[in-house]
Amino acid sequence: MAHQKFAYAPAPESRAVVDLAPSYGLFIDGEFAEAADGRVFKSVSPSTEEVLAEVAHAGEADVDRAVRAARKAFGTWSALPGAERGKYLFRIARILQERSRELAVLETLDNGKPIRETRDVDLPLVAAHFFYYAGWADKLAYAGCGPDPRPLGVAGQVIPWNFPLLMLAWKVAPALAAGNTVVLKPAETTPLSALFFADVCRQAGLPRGVVNILTGYGDAGAALVAHEGVDKVAFTGSTEVGKAIARTVAGSRKKVTLELGGKAANIVFDDAPVDQAVEGIVNGIFFNQGHVCCAGSRLLVQESVQEEVLDALKRRMSTLRVGDPLDKNTDIGAINSAEQLARITALAEAGEAEGAQRWAPRCELPESGYWFAPTLFTGVTQAHRIAREEIFGPVLSVLTFRTPAEAVEKANNTPYGLSAGIWTEKGSRILSMASKLRAGVVWANTFNKFDPTSPFGGYKESGYGREGGRHGLAAYLAEPGESTSGRGEEVGELDR
Amino acid sequence: MSSEVLPPPSDLHGVTSSPQALRSYLHGLPGVDAVGLEARAAALGTRSIKTTAKAYAIDLAISMIDLTTLEGADTAGKVRALCAKGVRPDPTDRTAPRVAAICVYGDMVGVAKDALAAAGGPEVHVAAVATAFPSGRAARSVKLADTAEAVAAGADEIDMVIDRGAFLSGRYLDVFEEIQAVKAACVRADGTRAHLKVIFENGELSTYDNIRRCSWLAMLAGADFIKTSTGKVGVNATPPNTLVMLEAVRDFRRATGVQVGVKPAGGIRTAKDAVKYLVMVNETLGDDWLSPEWFRFGASSLLNDLLMQRQKLSTGRYSGPDYVTVD
Repeated sequence: MAHQKFAYAPAPESRAVVDLAPSYGLFIDGEFAEAADGRVFKSVSPSTEEVLAEVAHAGEADVDRAVRAARKAFGTWSALPGAERGKYLFRIARILQERSRELAVLETLDNGKPIRETRDVDLPLVAAHFFYYAGWADKLAYAGCGPDPRPLGVAGQVIPWNFPLLMLAWKVAPALAAGNTVVLKPAETTPLSALFFADVCRQAGLPRGVVNILTGYGDAGAALVAHEGVDKVAFTGSTEVGKAIARTVAGSRKKVTLELGGKAANIVFDDAPVDQAVEGIVNGIFFNQGHVCCAGSRLLVQESVQEEVLDALKRRMSTLRVGDPLDKNTDIGAINSAEQLARITALAEAGEAEGAQRWAPRCELPESGYWFAPTLFTGVTQAHRIAREEIFGPVLSVLTFRTPAEAVEKANNTPYGLSAGIWTEKGSRILSMASKLRAGVVWANTFNKFDPTSPFGGYKESGYGREGGRHGLAAYLAEPGESTSGRGEEVGELDR
Repeated sequence: MSSEVLPPPSDLHGVTSSPQALRSYLHGLPGVDAVGLEARAAALGTRSIKTTAKAYAIDLAISMIDLTTLEGADTAGKVRALCAKGVRPDPTDRTAPRVAAICVYGDMVGVAKDALAAAGGPEVHVAAVATAFPSGRAARSVKLADTAEAVAAGADEIDMVIDRGAFLSGRYLDVFEEIQAVKAACVRADGTRAHLKVIFENGELSTYDNIRRCSWLAMLAGADFIKTSTGKVGVNATPPNTLVMLEAVRDFRRATGVQVGVKPAGGIRTAKDAVKYLVMVNETLGDDWLSPEWFRFGASSLLNDLLMQRQKLSTGRYSGPDYVTVD
């Protein structure tokens, strides 16, 4: 904005640190290979619509090949002493730290999220997850999952596009620490960081077949979930797809964990620390363009401070910097895809059509790429679609309440239950609210804080199972007395 | 400016009608969550300020400096040297802006006024610390005399310290009345008035809630500026404790229409740090506070680092500390 006295000059991060090849194959059994039927698709940068690379489009035959490779590797990998598996994981964690700048830039290019988030949030957490689970690898007997915990076998993992590398870390690190092998399918709009992770695995000397990466669309994910050789399914993504997966695996021996949608309530009481609450509201819904399943997309503000909080929120939203995600001063980057932009646009229009008042700060959006200004809806009630459906974009719905009981009632009145936030200076109120909110994570005077030691997961349509912490490890271990698919077909020397 | 009795600048008169009323008002202000505040201050510190923005920020920061010497060993010679430096910060580059003020003990005000006039920079203000700086531990009559003498000697600005003992023991109205009394003592013979900066000593107030309450207390009493610290204790200005004060002046203007300035002091030594403070001002208060009239740095060694950065921007290389003056 040129009229300002102190206008920040552009501060773009160099993309020269990322060496992008024109095309990438599937990573199966330690090798990159084309898809069996030779199909490819393109990954574009959402901020510029530039084609970044062509990647292989996995089909059923490729899924089968990858699961077989993982099955073969399972025998030797699961038979390794835990300390040995830990060594590989520590090595991966260190390589991820060493290459974090490269990976942060890559993630920003492929996903559209700002570099300050990939640099300061995603990559440190990715490394932290590998370090954390590396530490558990030789201590499984002390994780509270029985005296002699066994891995489940081959894990089929399907992850979303909002935190590509972080979701990979959440899935791969505990699976490997517990002795499982994995076949992972990243989202079709953000396949590149998973392919770079395959390279990290090779750099770490990870035995072939332990980690396999299949780039592709939903059909590849469906084939992976349905494959006979898969013992454990882990999925993060939409509730709709989660339900389809639950139907597929129902009645089979497969174990499953699902991390699905959310419509979290961020509850601000009249005695809240206002300036920090406003930061928390902004962080809750505008972090990662609102592409966060635990985003605080419903602001429940006590009526007595509604005006004050909304004024402060609008003022703060006016300072958000939207634009080139590679610029180190950008707060809000691009929407991940044209499809997602269309969905956000349609739901925002529904909000207006149903009578809510729309507000957005003045900001110039770039001409190419997919963009949506940070948006606020006031006058929203539980009866509005924008209060019920997950928008998965930078759109905040503001509702009000009068009493703590009403706040709890409204917060819980949703099909989802992934997260919630409470803002008050009163400690006893935090505790009493937290025990009544039906959400997997309840943050108090903060929002969107993650840590590998802290379990994460939902109630109701937000899924089942937990990731992170010891609970996340338990999801990859057999319960005492439970039969597993046993060891792999070939048990022998590690095939490097 | 008139010499009449100075009422509180707001329509909040009632809140200072009794110790109880003032106490409940100050304790009714929104709390400060320390973790969230510190996270926000740290996030603002990661803004990347380069090229044209950096050049602008460096010159702005120089023009906001209260170039300070507050030592027991201060002499007229030391003060004159400082004044010359404040008027001509970089003898090799006359485009370098002048500092906002020279900040000295009250007995050096006359020396500083003369030295600034002699150096061709009479518009550079002289700020005097007063009210038994830095401890504030003296009888009120002594504090007022201290103030009045500095004003009579020509001080343009008075930096007073509050009575932290009174504040910490909950005697808010005493602090309030003392600030008002000092403000009245800032009135000159001709009816004009020296600007009053009120120093909190954040390190001794200790909690962010206290700093926010103290900000409102000082502003209600008529402070022109609120200042973090004396520079004489362990914890002086920090980004979070300054951010609390920035938020307070923002909210105070919204509530009363009165704009108050902010001065972090002590421990700000590098251009990088100064730019971080300017980013905080920019994103918390905006353009209205981005001038020496409303934001100051209390510092002695900051100026040289700003000058070295300035030379680096104009020549493309660091020349080193011998290319800026030591005064």
